[in-house]
Parts: sequence; C-alpha cells; structure tokens
Amino acid sequence: MTSSIEGVDDRVMAILVTHERPPKASPMSATITHLWRGIMAFKHFPAQLIDIILLPAIFLLLFTYLFGGAFAGSPHQYLQFFLPGIAVQSVILMTVYTGTAINTDINKGVFDRFRTLPFWQPAAIAGNLVGDVLRYLIALTMTIGMGLALGFRPGGGILGVLAAVAVLIVFAFSVSWIFAAIGVVASVPERVSGTSMIVIYPLLFMSNIFVRPETMPSWMQVLVKVNPLSHAATASRTLMHGTAGFWDVMWALITSALITVVFAPLAVRLYRNKNTR
Amino acid sequence: MSSPPTLAIETSGLRKLFGQTAAVDGVDLQVPPGVVYSVLGPNGAGKSTLIRMLATLLRPDGGKATVFGHDVVRESDAVRRRISVTGQYASVDDALSGLENLVLMGRLQGYTWPRARERAAELMDAFGLTHAAGRLVSTYSGGMRRRLDIAASIVVSPDLLFLDEPTTGLDPRSRNQVWDIVRALLAGGTTILLTTQYLDEADELADRIAVVDQGKVIAEGTTDELKASVGQVALHVRLRDPGQRDKAEELLTQELGAPVHLEGDPAELSARVEDNSRVLQALGALTRASIEPAEFSVTRPSLDEVFLTLTGHKADDQSAGEAGEENAA
Repeated sequence: MTSSIEGVDDRVMAILVTHERPPKASPMSATITHLWRGIMAFKHFPAQLIDIILLPAIFLLLFTYLFGGAFAGSPHQYLQFFLPGIAVQSVILMTVYTGTAINTDINKGVFDRFRTLPFWQPAAIAGNLVGDVLRYLIALTMTIGMGLALGFRPGGGILGVLAAVAVLIVFAFSVSWIFAAIGVVASVPERVSGTSMIVIYPLLFMSNIFVRPETMPSWMQVLVKVNPLSHAATASRTLMHGTAGFWDVMWALITSALITVVFAPLAVRLYRNKNTR
Repeated sequence: MSSPPTLAIETSGLRKLFGQTAAVDGVDLQVPPGVVYSVLGPNGAGKSTLIRMLATLLRPDGGKATVFGHDVVRESDAVRRRISVTGQYASVDDALSGLENLVLMGRLQGYTWPRARERAAELMDAFGLTHAAGRLVSTYSGGMRRRLDIAASIVVSPDLLFLDEPTTGLDPRSRNQVWDIVRALLAGGTTILLTTQYLDEADELADRIAVVDQGKVIAEGTTDELKASVGQVALHVRLRDPGQRDKAEELLTQELGAPVHLEGDPAELSARVEDNSRVLQALGALTRASIEPAEFSVTRPSLDEVFLTLTGHKADDQSAGEAGEENAA
C-alpha cells in the first residue's frame, strides 16, 4: 500500500456518496456566473484598470491641445465638438480588448473544461461581454469627467449626457461581438489586436469624431456618413448638447441592432465549433 | 451491432484525422462501468485525441462512440451530464483562487450560490487545500494544482471521469496522492478512464488496459492477460563471481534455447524464456559447472516488457512515432 494524505479516502468518499444532481443552470444563471468570474479575475489583477483609465485620458489631452487651435480656433472651442466624439473612441478601443481577452481565455485549459459542462455554452462569451460593459462605464466616466474638468459644457445637461452614455454602451456592446468573433478565431491574442487595429483606426479617422465632414471631398463624405462610428458620434454629440432629433439617435441604435444580429450568432457559432475539427 | 447501454464507453471504428495523419485510427473499446480502465501509450499515440472525442470536445471523422449509451456527437449534452474531464488541457483558471474555481464549477452545473460555496469548501477540505483556498491558482505547486483539477472535476460527482495523464510531471508523493484519490473515486462508484504513459501507473490502478500505438489499439485486456499474452517468464541471475559471466551466458543460452542479455551490472544476466521447465534445467547446469548464482528470480514480464514486445519500442521513447512508422513501412 502506498502512503496517503491523512484520511483523504474517507472524506472524498463521504463527499462522493451524496450523488447530488442539481438541475441544469439556466442561460441567465450561467451568464451571471461567467460575469462573476470576470469580476473576480479583475479583482485579483486591478492593474488592468490603468489601461482603461489612462488610454482615454491620453487621447483626450493629446487631440484637444494638438488639433484644437487649428480645427476650431481654440482647444476650448474644439472640446465642445470633440468630447462627445472621443467618448466613442474610448469605448471602441475597449471593445478591441474584449476580443483579446476572449482569445486569451479560450486558449486556456479552463475553457475546454467549460465545454464539457452541460450549461448554455454562449454564456461563456456573453458573460465576458456583459462584464466589459463595466469597463465601458469606467472609460466613459473618465473621458467625460476629464472633459468637464477641461471646460466641456454639455447643453443637454446631466440627462443628455446620461442618454449619450446609454447609447454608447449599447453601441459598444454590439461592436464587441465583432471582436469577440475575431477573438474566437484568432490563433493568438497578438493577432486579435493586430487585425482589429487595422480595421479600427481607419474607421475612427474616417468618421465625424475628429472633424466635421463638410470640408472633405464628396466621396469621402459618403464614406464618413455610412461609417457606423459616425452614427454613434452623431448620437453622442446631439444628445450631450441637447439637439438630438429622432433619427440622430435611431441610426446609432439601428446600426447597433444590425451588428449584433449578424455578429452575435456568428461569434457563438465559431465558439461552438472552435477546435472540434 | 448495439450492445446493452450499460457500458460506460463503447466505440467502434472510431477515427480522427489531422490532415493526412490518422491520430486515432479505427479504435474499438468496451469499457464496463465501475472500473479503472487505462489507455496506455507513448506520446503521440492518440490517447488525448481519443479522450477529446469521448468527452465531446472533438468531432470524430469516422466510426461511433457512445457514453452510457449516448452518442457523443448527437447527444453531447446528455454525455456532458455524466462525465468530467481532468487533463493536460481541461484545466483550472489561473486568474482565480482555488476556492473560486470550485464555486465556478458548481454554479455552472446548476448549484445555487450558497450550495456551490458550501460544496467548494467541502472539497477544498477533503483534498487538503483549505490552507490555500484564497490564493491564486497560479501560485499553487504542481501537486496542489492537480488535486484542485480533480476536485473541480467532481464538484458534481461524475459517473465517468476522464483522467488524462494525471500524474505527468508530479513528484512521487503527489503521484501517490493522486492515486489514492483515484481509488477513492472508484470506491464511490465513478468509472475512470485513465490515460498514461507510465506502465507502473496502469499496473497499479487499472482493472483493464488498452495499449495504444499509432492511433490503434494493439492489445487489450487485464494486466495479467497482457502479461500472459507475451507468453514468457523472465529469468534474472546474479553471479557471485562476475568473472564467470561469459561462461554462464554460454551455458544459459544453450540450456534455455533463448538469447541471454548481459545486464549493466557485470555479475547479472537475464533472459526471457518460453518454457518454465527449462529454467530449472538451466539453473542445474550452472550449479554442475560450479557457477554459483548469488541470487536468481523468475518473474512474469513487467508491463514495460509487454509494451516493448507489442510495439517494438519503449513506452517512454520520445521518438516513438518515427520508430513506429519505420516498422510499419
């Protein structure tokens, strides 16, 4: 007989004989559990917070003082136009992290274990994405808070700003499904950020986030108008300044719905089939 | 042909191709419930691929596999309710503490928060991990991590547990702990499919063994059957006087009618013998020639020897794949 942990057999036995069979976890419960997992992991590595806080702050300061004078006469003037736009960039850059995080996650052994458990499998991705909403909130709070400190004065008041935040979170949540899909198929996290930045940066600059499209050549104006990021920026800008018309907001919401309808099932499908062949 | 669905695992002609290579190449297995069944083979033999298919992680390219009568492809959810996987790939979450890992597993399998926490604490205690419950798993030693891995697999006690190389890289003490846990799980009614590249592990734990090489099952049976199938006993002789070894080799070769190996120790010889009765004659011949054995033993072959005989290469041979291909060509 080999040596043993003292008493391990008896106690493992005692636990095994219960043979409980809890009912299958509901999709909601599984998603909440995955959200909890993300929050616990975040709690253990609070250093992630630095990225979420610093990145929006750096871009806000940089662009306001770099372009402000040239684009709008003064940084203060430019900030009134620019801040609702940079808020879009703040959350969109976070959605890229969503893809990187999902890729890091599913290449871990624990995801293979998840896939042998009988819960609603999309919860593993959905929980991640819901958790990222918290990051968007932090990034937006940071961006808008700094903007206010630098002299941004939203005409739409608190309600207008809150409505803009709500629309931006809906928009970012939908976009995060795109990067979730890329995160699932990519071989390594570096590929996710690489691929994503190639898509993201042209879209960011080819929008109405930084400048009004009126000075652009007409073909460029067409591209800027159909860019989903422009819809988000328009909604953000008009809501914050209290000038939003119905369609200013609706376009952002319709775009979000379309992106989600296409990419959420795609991401889930890719995840289910990942490494099964 | 369908057999009674009481079998824990049944496969027929199971295949998995990676490109041109068949990682699993027509495997037929019948694993009855309530046993430790070992799949034994070198690195790259197809053990992990086989488990991944049985555990619903990988889709077979051919053949059929059922777990407790449920098809692993068409009824994957029913299979998932009965199984658990611990192995090189199905692991625990490094970014969480040990306790949080177990709570996570409990929740995902339908426990309420309070019950999941209670169950997690019970298991941490049973596996001797309570002192490290709040620590990140990334700080755990190899042995602690492996125990947590197994604990995570039995938060809801499975009817069938896949243990993929559970002791690879563990020190002897941790290995013994894992073995004890396996025995306790078996006593609790769990069927265990254990893959290993260690022959002593299969010998120690398994009721039945399938020897896998190049994606094929090349032998199957109880350890005794496998050893007997080689059909030989091994004779080891240690001489008082190493100077007599050449003479002894000559005599033994003649009397046993089998090749005699000179061991690393200059006083030792060994041979595999088909016929037990010739062993006595051979020892008699040594004595008559005034060659005195200090000690001798007649043993059945170890699984190591069985494996070598069956595959033509050693179990721990890292280049086993290439060697096998040469044999096949």
